[in-house]
Amino acid sequence: MTWVGKSALRKEGDSKLRGQAKYIDDISLSGMMHGITVRSPIARGLLKKIEYLPGVNWDEFITVTAKDIPGNNYVALIKKDQPYLVDEKINHPEEPILLLAHSNKHILEKARSLIKFHIESLPPVFTLEEAIKQDPIIWGTNNTFKSYAIDRGDVESAFKDAHILLEGTYETGAQEQLYIEPNGVIAIANEKEGVTIWGSMQCPYYVHKALVPLFNLPPEKIRVVQAETGGGFGGKEEYPSVISGHAALLSWKAKRPVKIIYDRMEDMVATTKRHPSKTRIKTAFDKNHKLIALDIDFTIDGGAYATLSSVVLSRGTLHASGPYFSSNIKIRSRALATNTPPHGAFRGFGAPQSLFAIEKHMEFCARELKLDPVKFRKLNFIKHGEILGCGQLVKEKIKLNSVVEKALIESDFHKKRKAFVKTNKNSPIKKGIGLAVFMHGAGFTGSGETFLASIAAVKATPEGKIEILTSNTEIGQGTNTIFSQMAADALNIDFSDIEVVQPDTAHVPNSGPTVASRTCMIVGKLVEQASKDLKQKLISAQLLKEKYTRKEFISACKKYIKEIGELKGSSQYKAPSHIVWDEQKYQGDAYGTYAWAAYVAETSTDTRTFETTVDKFWAVQEVGKVINPLLAKGQIIGGVAQGIGYALYEEVIWKEGRMANNKMSNYIMPTTLDVPEIEVHFLELPYSYGGGGSKGLGELPLDGPSPAILNAMEHALKITLRQIPMTPEKLMAQMEEINK
Amino acid sequence: MKKMSLTVNGKKLTVSCHPFSRLLDVLREELQLTGTKEGCGEGECGACSVMLDGKLVNSCLVPLLQVEGKKILTVEGLANKSLTPLQNSFMKCGGAQCGICTPGMLMAGYALIKKKKKLSKQEIREGLGGNLCRCTGYSPIIKSVQNCGTKP
Ligand code: FES
Ligand code: FES
Repeated sequence: MTWVGKSALRKEGDSKLRGQAKYIDDISLSGMMHGITVRSPIARGLLKKIEYLPGVNWDEFITVTAKDIPGNNYVALIKKDQPYLVDEKINHPEEPILLLAHSNKHILEKARSLIKFHIESLPPVFTLEEAIKQDPIIWGTNNTFKSYAIDRGDVESAFKDAHILLEGTYETGAQEQLYIEPNGVIAIANEKEGVTIWGSMQCPYYVHKALVPLFNLPPEKIRVVQAETGGGFGGKEEYPSVISGHAALLSWKAKRPVKIIYDRMEDMVATTKRHPSKTRIKTAFDKNHKLIALDIDFTIDGGAYATLSSVVLSRGTLHASGPYFSSNIKIRSRALATNTPPHGAFRGFGAPQSLFAIEKHMEFCARELKLDPVKFRKLNFIKHGEILGCGQLVKEKIKLNSVVEKALIESDFHKKRKAFVKTNKNSPIKKGIGLAVFMHGAGFTGSGETFLASIAAVKATPEGKIEILTSNTEIGQGTNTIFSQMAADALNIDFSDIEVVQPDTAHVPNSGPTVASRTCMIVGKLVEQASKDLKQKLISAQLLKEKYTRKEFISACKKYIKEIGELKGSSQYKAPSHIVWDEQKYQGDAYGTYAWAAYVAETSTDTRTFETTVDKFWAVQEVGKVINPLLAKGQIIGGVAQGIGYALYEEVIWKEGRMANNKMSNYIMPTTLDVPEIEVHFLELPYSYGGGGSKGLGELPLDGPSPAILNAMEHALKITLRQIPMTPEKLMAQMEEINK
Repeated sequence: MKKMSLTVNGKKLTVSCHPFSRLLDVLREELQLTGTKEGCGEGECGACSVMLDGKLVNSCLVPLLQVEGKKILTVEGLANKSLTPLQNSFMKCGGAQCGICTPGMLMAGYALIKKKKKLSKQEIREGLGGNLCRCTGYSPIIKSVQNCGTKP
């Protein structure tokens, strides 16, 4: 029996359903104190003095400021610009200045209110326009964290020869990850034992890397353990390094365990969100409506510190031309600094922003050219043997046309497109149907995977069970289950024979972060190879024949351990030879492979209230081999729901660089009543370098919904929409503008 | 501090807490029943849902003094050795991903099925409207409740 391709039941499902799974706030250690973070009330300034007002017995509290940091005061990630605690310069609202701990958590809020910061304020930058003007300069020499340039062919002369030129500017807002479990950690830190962290996180080794310089300790003195994690979506990629450092600093001084759990409001106001973006696209077409030149200017707002913005920008840039071919391409992109909390990783990682722009633009062009949007897209789709925007030659077979056809048929697209125009005539409720087509590259960009050089291992227990050792975390997406399926097949044993070890940097190798849809495709492959390595050891020791039963395997493992010792297999990533990337020129095989997708949304907009609902949604994608249909479908449906929120409801309202609506009651994520039926269809073209033949799929569903939904609304309302979230207020403003 | 008695998952207990303590904290911190989760603390997410005398409530909004002498059912009180039909249905339909909303969803589903045997999709949608889930997109959860049968 093979397990890959079956809907094996979630490995840790039983403990989650019984309420027995231990999330970080469910853990309590003896002698534990509670910590809080006291933050900057303003966006930019100089901290002059901290005053502790009377009202509590300050001797009972542990207080930590920048001066108490035993090592280096920066959060190690890509750059060293972000401090753990403000020393003097404040660069965003809610920036951590002071940490407090007490054994009674109820007294902490009172203490917080008795802390007074004396701050000399400095002029801030809040918008991309202000950042570009460089007045003032708030980061580096020009407020720019990173920029990229892609040039192929000759855009300028193609524009001169063009039959028609079309231009548009597209904007996307910030989006809060809104995992239902807020950030939280427990730390034990002291000079003798070093630092141990338990926490809600995606990437234990990122936290590990950040704590080494913070405490100036040797790496082996730092241990990071992932607790059960209640959702991440990118929001627990880099931020846990910050909260872990804070808890550890308090514990270091207190010489007791310290727990920090953010409440919802703090989590929303102070932690990362999806980067807002602005994209200007100019396109040139020949008289047959073929795209002959594409000029894209893509800008994202990185917030106050560099964090991951350069990488988010990279992915956005490399996806910016969408699934279209043009021989002349010019892309300029930049990530700019503003005095808001740093924006960070969120499922899709830059691609939803740039893909929104190109898919909205192609829809706009089709309408301007009076062409059917489907035919127009098909005419310009990238084909096997052509070169993508990033300079990648499409060497693999692609099934883009079949994916689109499937979406059209399942949604009855053409028929509805005609029918709605008629039924809309005499109704205040306008129905529309819209399409978006896109691709998403999985795994780290370019040579990223080579630099990561991830390692996965499997190990036999004395009972003949197999343990999988990786640092890739289960955050709800199904890591435990799919790894077990792949290992079971590679070893020809049962799913129930496999256990996935809790990610703990003291026990698991560094298989890289749990990001970028890389867990299944990249690390899954390593798990398979590690399993084969283990099997080979049994065969070499002549304890197992090439063909064997499960029973024989189990007894061979037992025998090996008894007679020879530890039985472990491992595997390290090596880039397949077909991936060639030139980091200098920023060109080449940006990704090992891509998943391809076509999403269709059917919407209703009430022209009296300007409210839009998504009535039905179809998500069709080619994702290599589907490892677990139930989990894969769950990923797509859940992602589409987030995408619906991104398109229509989820608006971050900024006031002086600070999120003003940092509550679940005023930041509106979709509920059961807002998410329609979502039909999911997979096409499979197994990718031989992906675990079980898979390609990454988890981020696709954030790319497609927003352009598909806005395209449907345009169909219904006959107007051009260029920004998300398209809230009723924004739609009303735009329609009133048109009616004027 | 006040001594108060209540029944939790069939067991009669006495706790001594401040009468204004949130039921959520009493369950999690005094009784170590950490299955009930806190997602917002303001009645918006439903992660803290429990049954109070047969009615679904957000335990983050209920002060202890209101539950004196009453019966509370939490996620820990659902399964014996084996999972209940509703829990099994969540397992089969993919109703739990990260699992943090799951205890609350299970209680909300429990309340629905207890009230009415045959539920339409729309009734389930409405019944789960106070419970947020960021992972599943809800339809696997709705299906879990719908496919559960007549006993939770
Ligand atoms: S924690 Fe009670 S409703 Fe969110
Ligand atoms: S399963 Fe993660 S929030 Fe619902």
